[in-house]
Amino acid sequence: MSAVVQSPPTVDAMALRPSASPPSEERPASRARFAPGAVPEFLGCLAAAVALMVVVFILTGTPVTWNISSETDLGLLVCCLLTFLAFYGVLTSRLHGTLVAKDRLATTCIWTLGLVALLPLIQILLKVVVEGLPVVAAHFPAFLIHDMATAGPSAPVWTGGMGNAIVGSAEQVGLATIYTVPISMLTATYLSESSSAFSRLVRTIVDCMMGTPSIIAGLFVFLFWVKPRGTTGYSGFAASIALGILMLPVMIRTAEEVIRVVPGSLREAALALGSPRWKVSLRIVLPTVRSGLLTAAILGVALAVGETAPTLFTAHGSQEYNFNPFHGVQANLPLQAFQLIFLASKNYVRDAWGGAFILVFLVLTLFVIARILGSSRPGRRPIRIRRRRKEVSVP
Amino acid sequence: MTVTVQPPVRAGTELDTDVPLVLNPGRTRADRVFFAALMVASGIVLLAIGAILTFLIIYSVPAVHYAGASIITSQHFAALGNKPKFGLVGVLVGTVMIAVLAVCVALPVSIAAALMINEYAPRRARRLLTAVIDLLAVLPSLLYGIWGLEVLNSEAYNVTVWLSHHADFIPLFREPDATYGHSIFLCGIVVGIMIIPIVTSVSREVMSQAPRDACEAALALGGTKWGMVTDVILPFARNGILGGVLLGLGRALGETVAVLLILSQTNLVHSHILGPGGGDIPALIANLFTTVPQLGKSALTVAGLVLFATILVINFVARRIVGRPQVRIT
Repeated sequence: MSAVVQSPPTVDAMALRPSASPPSEERPASRARFAPGAVPEFLGCLAAAVALMVVVFILTGTPVTWNISSETDLGLLVCCLLTFLAFYGVLTSRLHGTLVAKDRLATTCIWTLGLVALLPLIQILLKVVVEGLPVVAAHFPAFLIHDMATAGPSAPVWTGGMGNAIVGSAEQVGLATIYTVPISMLTATYLSESSSAFSRLVRTIVDCMMGTPSIIAGLFVFLFWVKPRGTTGYSGFAASIALGILMLPVMIRTAEEVIRVVPGSLREAALALGSPRWKVSLRIVLPTVRSGLLTAAILGVALAVGETAPTLFTAHGSQEYNFNPFHGVQANLPLQAFQLIFLASKNYVRDAWGGAFILVFLVLTLFVIARILGSSRPGRRPIRIRRRRKEVSVP
Repeated sequence: MTVTVQPPVRAGTELDTDVPLVLNPGRTRADRVFFAALMVASGIVLLAIGAILTFLIIYSVPAVHYAGASIITSQHFAALGNKPKFGLVGVLVGTVMIAVLAVCVALPVSIAAALMINEYAPRRARRLLTAVIDLLAVLPSLLYGIWGLEVLNSEAYNVTVWLSHHADFIPLFREPDATYGHSIFLCGIVVGIMIIPIVTSVSREVMSQAPRDACEAALALGGTKWGMVTDVILPFARNGILGGVLLGLGRALGETVAVLLILSQTNLVHSHILGPGGGDIPALIANLFTTVPQLGKSALTVAGLVLFATILVINFVARRIVGRPQVRIT
């Protein structure tokens, strides 16, 4: 077994001998460190890093710098990392032996790779803020109010804007929320209250639906709703159906997990007091987890706000304001940013970054709200029982 | 269970001690209405997926009728003109290549991230790290697309050139035209980054269920932490990680906007993944659907149906393997 150190560290025999006196309450001052060797870990890291700097300086003549918000040479970064690992591995294996070296190298690799997973996030957010914030901030509310109808490819920043797209996004996502929230809450209740064959089938289908490609939702709504109506079929409403199809499984799954957290004893207590089951569900279970259900709804909305593909063939995008979601093409935020990028004119790409900034701002806000609501434990909120004043007088 | 005895005696009336009471703990009429409402709501979900499949199948008939087996045997897709051709092999191969590359990128990073959150990070940092990984999942795919197009495309340029010069013993990395970027390779990396959150959260969930006593036993025997990971946690979590990878594969196959923005599509089988060219089913649909005539729309629907069916099967298998991964919202 490779997990076992070949030469086990000598353990103080006195410490292991069972003592006659009852075990004392006081804990040892510090836990015994089984990793052999007296050189602290960070010194090895430091030494390897210094060696890396020296090597890079000798080879290239410039010190290692990395600016996260500008274009970077990924190759140099990877080479630096590998060199560092090599130095560090050799150093620790000379000091502590192969097994410890393996362990520490693995630790370093896991930390590095794990943090690499977060790197794109940081870079995307920085890039969006750096490119998008100036566009939104220039003549401040202008970008949020104007539409793209009058903005030509060489127009200055304050002529165009995302006003029409914001209206479209709000209406489409709002409509989708209106009909997905009740359906998903009821379905989640059904899945958690019932264990029939039908509910197992629904659960399997919902699980499979979780991965529906967004383009398929758009394709379906085009065939189902837009195509029979010809060229006038494109509308914000059609987009809201497509968004709803994508929101449903997310909301159902999250809501179901939330409802599952409600302790069975609460349900049983209500049933034992003679409540019918509908009352137990609607008046006891759902109110207990209302913050969690709100989280589920907000997560669904946050996902829908950012979807581009399902709105391509349904809302179709527009340069102008259209306040009526039931008639005519309509823009929405990700779609408009996407279409502007495809136009590939420099100013349009600049406006697209502005749109992306608004989008990120919205999604982040929703996400943080969902987190804060979701982190309040279920059941902490006291259940308020309404009493009739006539019958019970509370002192 | 309802116990009914003749003649029924209602509680509260004069009791004949020999006759048991009628107990009726079953559902009241209001309950039945309530459960019917719940089932109708669940039925809508079933109806939705049934309708999607039905419409895709109905609308894909004309193209299948027109092109026959050449849809899945030829690779030329040209929907315009008098004699359109609907070969899907090119885009199918491209889609699979992007998805496989994405999994290759995401798998090591996700396992490392899951281990980092579960085993290595200090306890207090765990919630924050989990939140950040979840945030990666809700970021719109459009953003990843713009980032790949505007940032990574130039950042990765030197790496791709180096790969094509020094790793050309792998046929995929040869680049005879010496043009780089807007490639399947780049799409694979970006889509891989997009599926990191789902693979990470599923593997993390499974790893956290590894028997704690076995982990502690490994450490108590003098094993290193890495030894504990390789001998206890990874063998335990192997199936779960596989399930997570399959779920990620499903997402990668269906990713539209990022690929559409980055890839310059040719819709042919493109074996040089470092240069522009290649195809992808969702990107093909998004690119052509509104412009092509009726029959072309039908052919694109066939592509969509193939994609959707594949993803449904992959998801189904994945869920079977993982069981039901918990969705944590805290």
